[in-house]
Amino acid sequence: MEYQVLWFVLWGLLWAVYFMLDGFDFGTGMLQRLLSRSNTEKRIIINTIGPVWDGNEVWLITAGGATFAAFPAAYALMFSYLYSPLLIILFALIIRGVAFEFRGKGGTVAWERAWDTAIFFGSFIPSLLFGVAFGNLFQGLPMDESGYHGTLLSLLNPYGLLTGALFVLLFLEHGALWLALKTDGELAQRAERLSGRIWIVLFVVAVLFLIHTAFATKLYANFMNTPLWFIVPVAGAASLGAVRIYSTFRNYGRAFIASCVTIVMIVFTGIIGLYPNLMPSSIAPDHSLTIFNASSGIYTLKVMTAVVLLFVPVVIAYQIWIYRIFRSRVTDREIEDNREAY
Amino acid sequence: MDVVTLSRLQFAVTSMFHFIFVPLTLGLSVLIAYMETRYVRTGDIAWLRMTKFWGKLFLINFTLGIVTGITLEFQFGMNWAEYSRYVGDIFGAPLAIESTVAFFLESSFIGLWVFGWNKVSKKVHALSIWLVAFATNLSGLWILLANGWMQHPVGYEIRNGRAEMVDFIAMLTNPYGLLKFFHTIFSGYVIAAFFVMGISAWHLLKKRDQDLFRRSFRTAATFGLASSLLVFLVGDFHAAEVAKTQPAKFAAMESVWETQRAAPYHLLLVPDVANERNAVETVSVPKMLSFLAFHDGDAEVRGLKDFPKADRPPVLPVLAGFRGMAALGMFFMLLTLVAFILSRKDHMDSYPLFLRTMLWSLPLPYLAAQLGWIVAEVGRQPWIVYGMLRTSDAVSRSVSASQVAASLIGFTLLYGLLAVVDIYLLFKFARKGPDNDIGSMVRTARQEI
Ligand code: HDD
Ligand code: HEM
Ligand code: HEM
Repeated sequence: MEYQVLWFVLWGLLWAVYFMLDGFDFGTGMLQRLLSRSNTEKRIIINTIGPVWDGNEVWLITAGGATFAAFPAAYALMFSYLYSPLLIILFALIIRGVAFEFRGKGGTVAWERAWDTAIFFGSFIPSLLFGVAFGNLFQGLPMDESGYHGTLLSLLNPYGLLTGALFVLLFLEHGALWLALKTDGELAQRAERLSGRIWIVLFVVAVLFLIHTAFATKLYANFMNTPLWFIVPVAGAASLGAVRIYSTFRNYGRAFIASCVTIVMIVFTGIIGLYPNLMPSSIAPDHSLTIFNASSGIYTLKVMTAVVLLFVPVVIAYQIWIYRIFRSRVTDREIEDNREAY
Repeated sequence: MDVVTLSRLQFAVTSMFHFIFVPLTLGLSVLIAYMETRYVRTGDIAWLRMTKFWGKLFLINFTLGIVTGITLEFQFGMNWAEYSRYVGDIFGAPLAIESTVAFFLESSFIGLWVFGWNKVSKKVHALSIWLVAFATNLSGLWILLANGWMQHPVGYEIRNGRAEMVDFIAMLTNPYGLLKFFHTIFSGYVIAAFFVMGISAWHLLKKRDQDLFRRSFRTAATFGLASSLLVFLVGDFHAAEVAKTQPAKFAAMESVWETQRAAPYHLLLVPDVANERNAVETVSVPKMLSFLAFHDGDAEVRGLKDFPKADRPPVLPVLAGFRGMAALGMFFMLLTLVAFILSRKDHMDSYPLFLRTMLWSLPLPYLAAQLGWIVAEVGRQPWIVYGMLRTSDAVSRSVSASQVAASLIGFTLLYGLLAVVDIYLLFKFARKGPDNDIGSMVRTARQEI
């Protein structure tokens, strides 16, 4: 396989893993206020992601870094063309991060409320805007030899917003399942019930998304050429169904895993559809950035491949180990006992 | 203001803000790891209380380091697209490696450390903070190799209208990058040492928890003395490397206008930039500048007039920054030496004036580090990659001045707010002192699994 193709797959994988992991952090953050009935419950909810959210966020940093190293031209254009939405995402991620840490340290109710608001918007805005950004990437950006012709508002087109809504719902469902798994008692039951309701809306939006994709983008062309690839969106749809089935049997562990699979498959549906483009142009196809005209030299790609193959398995190993250490449900007893808890 | 100026301003604001939190993390993680190890070895609850007290301050600081770092990672593409396109082949690699080998390690194990008190054995718990300390320092290595490459590009060829990497090992062993790494890491250790000594001094003045704060002070004094000496030593070699590879920056650091052999060092010096000379040059040490630059008193030092005006960095900030940093560096060696001697026998309590000096000196190493970055970055101008790419050619073409102005205002406001909250919390918890709740301490101390 050519190195560019390998790196395109890795690039897709980094984004997919990022959404799979930070996705439930976002969902949890958006649901914190909705699901809780007391301050203790609010704390329990954020403590379920306390030990892991930062490690999850690093997948984003790595995805950004990998774009920079492997496809510098794409990194340059993508990040400068999408300047405003990225900036808003950044601000949101910044306030989310500090909100977790600062929330419990002020000592007044108003202080906690303020940071709860920060947690909500710090989770909702990135979910929405990442969706909008990817939706627009799938459609192609209005760019030609004289540069970029879009604005923040032109990104908020129907398909972009639909993809945004899809991401928000995916993460809400993902977060609700996570909470069903990681909390206990009444709180867990509330999360279970809510996950069932979100699923219905998610299902409708996902169907709309798949249909709209056929009209708004050229993603399906690659699938038509090689129908074998349809396995990926079909697996996505099947795992979304599996979420429902496992939830009905109250097997939330499996339902959560199915939800992980759904997210990964949806990202890869987009990735396969994009190939060989990284950033298609919607107005001048000749000026699309492909994985070949945007990539680093082969030497750099080789160095980076060695680094990634050597270290990413180690990262995955210790992250799994840490998830296992924190596998039990978070209870009020536990957060009372640990003074370091959020 | 144009896009270039605004982007530079924004980069300066966001990176200098990041570097308020980073150096404390670098040093304090090591100190806390040491404290926890002492606790695991001896079972002495005092070391555990120290670990927890300094750990709390560490986390408040750490969070801002994390969230402000993401900005920098994105900013290269957002504001410096031409730069990213031109050098991404080489410059992107260390950034990607940094997150793969360092950020994952640090962010995963900090989670284990904070939330794992009752979940893993004492040894694994102490190991996790060692891993955090190792990883933060390792992340510094990669980012500074990247920055070192911008200061002194190596291992590349210009092909296809951009710089392509041809020798990865050359980048890893770039002396400029390695000197930067050690100088910056040790400056972080100095900052952490002064942080711990300053806050301990405050509590000792109030006569609170004296045993704990004497120990903290003693530990930090030893650490601080060693690192102050090392910063100085590496800084000296660093200056020599600058003289060799970036003569225009060195000339600005010392305000040398005429190329000369056996150049003297002027302790007092006032430049007159308009007339390309120094208005005042007195208290001079013959041959000293040549010696500092090349470790040879007769060597030739190039002057600013040797360079076209368009290739000269601004003299005043570079000169003042360098003098300020070096003077502070010497002051730190003196202070830490006194601190070291007094703390050997816990005599510092008898010198309240000294304790007060240590308290008020707390911000000084921060200042020195910021000055250092000004020397390094402003001194590199007008180049973004020295001798290869000009800063004015590096900026994003598709981003407008109003966009950058808006984001700059946004960052300034948001960061300002975060700084206020962070400093408030640091003050609050630093004053509050360590937890006295021995019950919960012992419960966590029993965490044998
Ligand atoms: C010498 C040290 C040093 C320097 C010069 C920089 N950083 Fe930094 N950075 C760190 C040392 C560090 C650290 C100590 O490792 C931090 C601070 C707190 C933390 O979690 O890690 C960190 C955090 C941090 C993070 C968040 C990691 C996470 O989520 O855990 C990112 C993305 C960056 N940095 C990126 C950058 C970039 C792009 C820089 C240059 C422009 C930069 N840093 C300069
Ligand atoms: C965290 C510590 C750092 C601080 C405090 C710092 C400080 C500064 C300052 C003050 C400027 C503005 C210079 C000017 O416009 O005259 C600047 C510019 C810049 N620095 Fe640094 N810097 C840091 C780290 C880095 C690192 C590690 C890199 C590269 C990896 C880097 C790359 C740049 C770039 C790209 C610019 C913008 C172009 C320019 O104006 O030179 N900086 N930095
Ligand atoms: C004691 C004498 C010192 C000398 C001779 C010295 C020397 C230098 C030199 C020559 C540079 C510029 C490197 C460049 O242009 O790339 C530099 C940068 C820097 N200095 Fe110092 N320094 C000293 C003390 C300190 C102290 C006490 C601190 C902080 C506690 C400090 C922190 C820094 C930092 C953070 C940088 C920017 C990063 C880098 O370029 O390494 N320095 N120093």
